[in-house]
Amino acid sequence: MSEKTLPQDSVKTTVAEEKIAVATQWQLMWWRFRKHKLAMIGVVVLILFYLVVACVDFLAYADPNESDAQRGLIAPQTIEWFDNGEFKPYVHPLKGTRDPKTFKRVYVPDMDTKLPIVFFGPGFSYKFLGLIETDRHLFSVEGADAYKTLFLFGTDVQGRDIWSRLIYGTQTSLTIGLVSVALSLLLGVTLGGMSGYYGGVFDTFIQRIIEILRSIPTIPLWMGLTAALPNDWNVTQVYFAITIIISLIGWTELARVVRGRFLSLRQDDFVMAAELLGCSKARIIFRHMVPSFVSHIIAATTLAIPAMIISETSLSFLGLGLRPPAISWGVLLQDAQNVQALAISPWLLIPVLPVIVAVLAFNFTGDGLRDAADPYG
Amino acid sequence: MTKDNHPLLSVRNLKTYFFQDEGTVKAVDGASFDVFPGKTLGIVGESGCGKSVTAQSILRIVDAPGKIVEGTITLTRANGNQVELTQLQPDSQEMRDIRGAEIGLVFQEPMTSFSPVHTVGDQITEAIQLHMNVTKLEARKRGIEALRSVGIPKPERRIDEYAFELSGGLRQRAMIAVALSCSPRLLIADEPTTALDVTTQAQILDLLRTLQQQNQMAIMLITHNLGVVAEMCDDVVVMYLGRVVEQGTVDDIFHSSKHPYTKALLSSIPSIEMESRVKLPTITGSIPHPYARPAGCPFYPRCERFMEGVCDKQEPTLLAVSDKQKVSCFLYQK
Amino acid sequence: MIAYMVRRILLALLTIWMITILSFIIIQLPPGDFVDTYANTMSAGGTGITQAEKDALREQYGINQPMYVQYLKWMGLIMQGNFGMAIEWGRPVLDVIGDRLMLTIVISLAAIVFTWALALPIGIYSAVKRYSFLDYLFTFVGFIGLAIPGFMLALIVMYVGFSYFGSNIGGLFSADYAEAPWSMEKVWDLIQHLPVPAIVLGVSGTAQMIRIMRSNLLDELRKPYVMTARARGLAESRVIMKYPVRVALNPFISTIGYLLPYVVSGSIIVSMVLSLPTVGPLLLKSLVAQDMFLAGTIVLLLGVLTVIGTLISDLLLMWVDPRIRLGRQ
Repeated sequence: MSEKTLPQDSVKTTVAEEKIAVATQWQLMWWRFRKHKLAMIGVVVLILFYLVVACVDFLAYADPNESDAQRGLIAPQTIEWFDNGEFKPYVHPLKGTRDPKTFKRVYVPDMDTKLPIVFFGPGFSYKFLGLIETDRHLFSVEGADAYKTLFLFGTDVQGRDIWSRLIYGTQTSLTIGLVSVALSLLLGVTLGGMSGYYGGVFDTFIQRIIEILRSIPTIPLWMGLTAALPNDWNVTQVYFAITIIISLIGWTELARVVRGRFLSLRQDDFVMAAELLGCSKARIIFRHMVPSFVSHIIAATTLAIPAMIISETSLSFLGLGLRPPAISWGVLLQDAQNVQALAISPWLLIPVLPVIVAVLAFNFTGDGLRDAADPYG
Repeated sequence: MTKDNHPLLSVRNLKTYFFQDEGTVKAVDGASFDVFPGKTLGIVGESGCGKSVTAQSILRIVDAPGKIVEGTITLTRANGNQVELTQLQPDSQEMRDIRGAEIGLVFQEPMTSFSPVHTVGDQITEAIQLHMNVTKLEARKRGIEALRSVGIPKPERRIDEYAFELSGGLRQRAMIAVALSCSPRLLIADEPTTALDVTTQAQILDLLRTLQQQNQMAIMLITHNLGVVAEMCDDVVVMYLGRVVEQGTVDDIFHSSKHPYTKALLSSIPSIEMESRVKLPTITGSIPHPYARPAGCPFYPRCERFMEGVCDKQEPTLLAVSDKQKVSCFLYQK
Repeated sequence: MIAYMVRRILLALLTIWMITILSFIIIQLPPGDFVDTYANTMSAGGTGITQAEKDALREQYGINQPMYVQYLKWMGLIMQGNFGMAIEWGRPVLDVIGDRLMLTIVISLAAIVFTWALALPIGIYSAVKRYSFLDYLFTFVGFIGLAIPGFMLALIVMYVGFSYFGSNIGGLFSADYAEAPWSMEKVWDLIQHLPVPAIVLGVSGTAQMIRIMRSNLLDELRKPYVMTARARGLAESRVIMKYPVRVALNPFISTIGYLLPYVVSGSIIVSMVLSLPTVGPLLLKSLVAQDMFLAGTIVLLLGVLTVIGTLISDLLLMWVDPRIRLGRQ
């Protein structure tokens, strides 16, 4: 009923009508996005995540692949934050012994010694952001090697530090999501755009392909394809092969969005006007049509990333994705496959948390972007 | 049947507001009028003036966040009792007995007024079974009769079809058949002909008139089309921004209108006697935003006879200027 | 209606054809021909294979002929129900798959039933009582459900079950029935084991379905036919259940076509964690062992079954939606 829709439509015109009239599309989107609280939280979380990706060596304090059977399955350490009422975090060093009855390794903290945790202390050398040579790390331990004494999230069976592995895994998993989505985007925009712009037989053909791909269970297909990757490929080759395989199947949703936008825009008056003015096809597409739906594509892309991350994690978890020595969230979770192992060392489940948080953050951000993508709607 | 001078429905100072985060929209803000048995009352105004919300308020089907905040709606029921509709719960048994049985509703959009996945018959027999104590078979018979009475050919076949299988005109006839299936004493027709082409419009209006004469039914006709009003109505209420600005008999309104808004509306209708190739007068400005309703008389920013210091300071009230005509304007308030 | 049906069936056939090609590619992907692989495995297991047998196999599968001949020969064999040998087991592929395919279907269907049973009422409630406390709660829980991949939920469930209840809650049968032939008792045992995998598998789908049902219903609630139904004097609950819910149900039914591939996909990996006797663990094992006939066949059968499921749901939709049935989109 007109009486009810009218006020809602015109809300935006009263709230600082002047300001809105002159605002650009991107300003309008930003104002709208800002109102979406969960999306704002999502953006902040994502920024933090990608900061981690950029500064892995700074955040990790141990070589993620250095194993030592003497340090296997240490539980996450308790950090004492205050020393005599003063903020001065420290840990007690652990001493590993073998339980005479069960023959399991147990670790006893040496309560007499205190190892103070130092922020921005020295550790192994690396190039910060690939440029600046430094040996500073977020955490280090005074008077000892951090990788031998500090176990924030414990260690795995082979004695590798889970905190450091998680940091490196975050880098892999989050970049693989981006690379796959970039490839999907390329396929989706090209095929979806052509499908929507030219229509006809080509459109029908692409639509059928999309329908077919969407009706096949993806995981078995992925498994079949990844299992065929040669065993002697190195980490980088496998990494790119996996991104390609994931994106080969993941482009359909993006293509659908792009095609839908093209179809609706083709009917719009401004496109018709450009056509009548004699603009070339390329100019119409790139100067007139694309800018008006870039926002929608950004939203759809953001929403597609979680699926990519989950796909990689699932495949690696099965042992069909990235292979050690590569580290990703899925590779880390492989250690958690065995229930008995889990029951004894539940901290192996820690990598579940970043997966869930990252997927949530991408979903919230994507939802916010989608709502903001139509500032005039 | 009640006496002629006794209103079937009497609305007094009705206020229906929509409470939203951004502010309160006063969709209906103090509307008063009467509907008499066997007569047709026209409610006229631009879109957004609160016509439809008034109709929904009477039926108590205003959607959230809308709410009736003030006023009375008194209905004289078939048994002679007077009911105060604003005192009833929207989903109460009594209100539901009134809806459909005593007040029928016809909407502007006949296509979307029917469920797309239920047959026309399903929706018509449902109303009959609900309000009359009859068997399914009997309800179907009556449904076919109702369709026949609104001039739908082959009603025994049409009853099993879906709304999208009917043409626009037939659909609206079917909608009227549903609304009239329980012989209501008041029919609220909300822009019943707006979505139809001119020929069909005339047929539907004819149909409404015929049915009214047969059943002595009152009609509340909501429209923005003054032509329809002139043709159909006995009395007219002119609304602007949720207020009644003028009311009177159809002759009063068309031949001796008082309110500047009514006059402006009338002068914007093309007339056959008009000089050709002359621009039609329009009402300057546009309807103010519902959150930014002007203080004083809501029409003053667009009014040709605006009196500074009066119209923008105080609110005019609806006062009688003659036996049957009332107007809400300072020009006539001494 | 006929046109719609024909279109759907043709599309399904086309999809199945694509799946056969993809499965064939998977079978062909590893280097070397499978007869050598087969012969090697056989001789490693002590049962040698003669040159004559090798030649016969090569002839049967057209190994030395062009790819498309190999594909056609393979298709011909499949049409006769011959899916080849599972190398590792030295038994026909279908023998090895056995009940597992059926159990995959049972679990997937159980997950879909769970999804629907939960998503439908919650979606309706959330739409009708929009912005209520429970609506917000369901939306929030739904977001989290959507963010947890099935296998992670399975891991968490296994961990919680094991460390707090001291029992392994995986599996589909009790030890007594695992190897037993089918009987009423075994079916009952299966039904008792179904809820955990069905819930684990159904959670993220449920979250999606709630969102879909909620937004469908919100769209419908605004339509005039709801108001006219009210104006006819129907009780509010009846108005909602009979009209908008019924209309919103149609696109909801069609989501099964999208839910099914998703759930079947998920079942593969969840089965690994919960050690369910579905085709999932078998597929992984065969891929690791490069037993491509078994792997290809599993991918093929899963794909075909999914397509058939989707087709059935489409035909079901046609049956319940007069707009499609009477040829009006």
